[in-house]
Amino acid sequence: MGIQTPNGFNLDNSGKRIVVDPVTRIEGHMRVEVNVDADNVIRNAVSTGTMWRGIEVILKNRDPRDAWAFTERICGVCTGTHALTSVRAVENALGITIPENANSIRNLMQLALQVHDHVVHFYHLHALDWVDVVSALSADPRATSTLVQSISSWPLSSPGYFKDLQTRLKKFVESGQLGPFKNGYWGSKAYKLPPEANLMAVAHYLEALDFQKEIVKIHTIFGGKNPHPNWLVGGVPCPINVDGTGAVGAINMERLNLICSIIDQLIQFNEQVYLPDVAAIGSFYKDWLYGAGLSGKSVLAYGDVPEHANDYSAKSLKLPRGAIINGNLSEVFPVDLANPDEIQEFVVHSWYKYPDETKGLHPWDGVTEPNFVLGANAKGTKTAIEQLDEAGKYSWIKAPRWRGHAMEVGPLARWVVGYAQNKAEFKDPVDKFLKDLNLPTSALFSTLGRTAARALESVWAGRQMRYFQDKLVANIKAGDSSTANVDKWKPESWPKEAKGVGFTEAPRGALAHWIRIKDTKIDNYQCVVPTTWNGSPRDPKGNIGAFEASLMNTPMVNPEQPLEILRTIHSFDPCLACSTHVMSPDGQEFAKVKIR
Amino acid sequence: MSKSSQNDRILVLGIGNILWADEGFGVRVVEEFHRRHAVPDNVTILDGGTQGLYLVNYLEEADRLIVFDAIDYGLEPGQLKLVRDDEVPRFTGAKKMSLHQTGFQEVISAADLLGRCPKHLVLIGCQPLDLEDWGGPLTQPVRDQIAPAIELACRILADWRIEVQQRGEPLVASERLLANDIDHLNYEMRPV
Repeated sequence: MGIQTPNGFNLDNSGKRIVVDPVTRIEGHMRVEVNVDADNVIRNAVSTGTMWRGIEVILKNRDPRDAWAFTERICGVCTGTHALTSVRAVENALGITIPENANSIRNLMQLALQVHDHVVHFYHLHALDWVDVVSALSADPRATSTLVQSISSWPLSSPGYFKDLQTRLKKFVESGQLGPFKNGYWGSKAYKLPPEANLMAVAHYLEALDFQKEIVKIHTIFGGKNPHPNWLVGGVPCPINVDGTGAVGAINMERLNLICSIIDQLIQFNEQVYLPDVAAIGSFYKDWLYGAGLSGKSVLAYGDVPEHANDYSAKSLKLPRGAIINGNLSEVFPVDLANPDEIQEFVVHSWYKYPDETKGLHPWDGVTEPNFVLGANAKGTKTAIEQLDEAGKYSWIKAPRWRGHAMEVGPLARWVVGYAQNKAEFKDPVDKFLKDLNLPTSALFSTLGRTAARALESVWAGRQMRYFQDKLVANIKAGDSSTANVDKWKPESWPKEAKGVGFTEAPRGALAHWIRIKDTKIDNYQCVVPTTWNGSPRDPKGNIGAFEASLMNTPMVNPEQPLEILRTIHSFDPCLACSTHVMSPDGQEFAKVKIR
Repeated sequence: MSKSSQNDRILVLGIGNILWADEGFGVRVVEEFHRRHAVPDNVTILDGGTQGLYLVNYLEEADRLIVFDAIDYGLEPGQLKLVRDDEVPRFTGAKKMSLHQTGFQEVISAADLLGRCPKHLVLIGCQPLDLEDWGGPLTQPVRDQIAPAIELACRILADWRIEVQQRGEPLVASERLLANDIDHLNYEMRPV
């Protein structure tokens, strides 16, 4: 009784339904429902999110030069990348060019964000899907030392170091009324690492926690005000004064040297800790190659990191741009974000209203009118949904499609595009990673592949930072200290009407903002974020989205402990609008599980 | 009451998402605190937004922390609550769906794990009325607590022997904590 989707999945919702719902103040913030068969294999997947697109309403009639400050607040993890996307959209609409130094500085900030996000994502969200913290307590520190020394030249590897760390961890777990790492599925059979590898990973969890603070300093230096860096339409807000010593906010040699040393450290951390850890952990999960979803079928990358200022053509972009459909890696299609026939958003299964919901709308013509109705077979009420009806509307996320295809975006999509384009800087590291693990190329299309692509990209981004830092310093030394172009700052110089699109590759995938400006104010603003692509619901033709596809056919060890679902969803580094930090006195669980 | 030495570094932090109605309470309080008051050099007033782990290094550099935030203690909407030291929740959630659920509890827990948590923690929380109105303003009961929350913080700072001064001249717009139309007044200019 299955339904075949056009994008190649056989859906069967007759089995037991499992609902995984993060407990937040907002109902169904991001939630996954699956049906499993008698063998506990996932045969139907439904993902929903509550990223109500209100930002578009807030921005109407505002000054386009301020839009970045609003979009920066959408989310605390993607802070800078939304701001960059926003200033690019305005520059594109108004034909504003930026100086070469501004391009290098923006690239450095964007790449620093990539590395920061990838490292933090892996160690502080995703590693705990693979690593059993409790098992680390029973590890032999000498065995951990031997393991670490066999995979890396990282200096923190003595038996004494791991013994101290283990003692500290024990004390910590035993101390608090709640303790850290609460609520894990510790002891589950889905965890496969030996204790010594678990201890290694926990040690690096702490080292990453300490190290991530250094990376952030790059944003403080270039963005001035932190933790919310300043951005500027027409360039970057930090002046360059190499001989200066005290000027507040100005970039001088001392600050450039500090950035240089942080780049050295992050390159070392990426290459001696992060990537070896992913490879080592991966070696114990070689038989867990689930989670491919759309990654081997349809992937999309807008590209980013322009070599030359103001050149956003595919040739100039160091992170690749392109679309692959139907699993045909021998053909990479060009992508045009301004073409009304390429990117369209559908709402037939989303809580919005269009005049004609069989058709999609290009974001420039996007409409964001809420329409919160549950499908006929949904269970519960609007304020306490027990079970969604995927035949009706079931998500606040719209369904963007590229020429009608559901696409995966993110590090793996970028690397698959680079690989298919035969670019050595993407292909060679992937081939080496897989060869070292004795895995075929097809293994790349998996949850593990998504996790590996992120680590490989972090290594790549660190090296690119070195490149753009050198380029920036050389340009300054050659006498160019320009960081902003204010020729068209004044609204009087703008046309009566204009439209533009700005894009980046956010850590978690392709991100773009489309803007329409009328009489110097924002007339329409639409953000299609990476999680809109990956977390999208079904479309009018029945194609399922990337999260949904990635869960299909995954066997679960124990449906009451949906570790496999979290592992795969986490591998996308999903983005939720940030509102969930509200403090409550008890350590609330972050995900509850119901089985019906 | 613990007394502050002149050398203690103090962080006055507001956290929350200004785009999401009462979620913005903490940020709006520090914004107003900073507009009204001048503080000595050893005190930092910071708009932390929803920055999660980005905030760890600010915590590490502080000996004492006052944080304003929306809290869920099951109180009446608009009720303030003062929570101190060990009573301030701290834990690392392992089962969260997304990094975007990194709460401030985890930021404290992370600083703790690194052995560099501020010695003194004060949470000044406000029970929200509405957290779901994307783009909405603070609701009236929560907005009414901005001034009392600032006064409470001033009393605590006085206990710590920190001299907080009312600004004589109004702070010019360019010196304020939030600019580019996201300051409290302009933000709540709801589009027509």
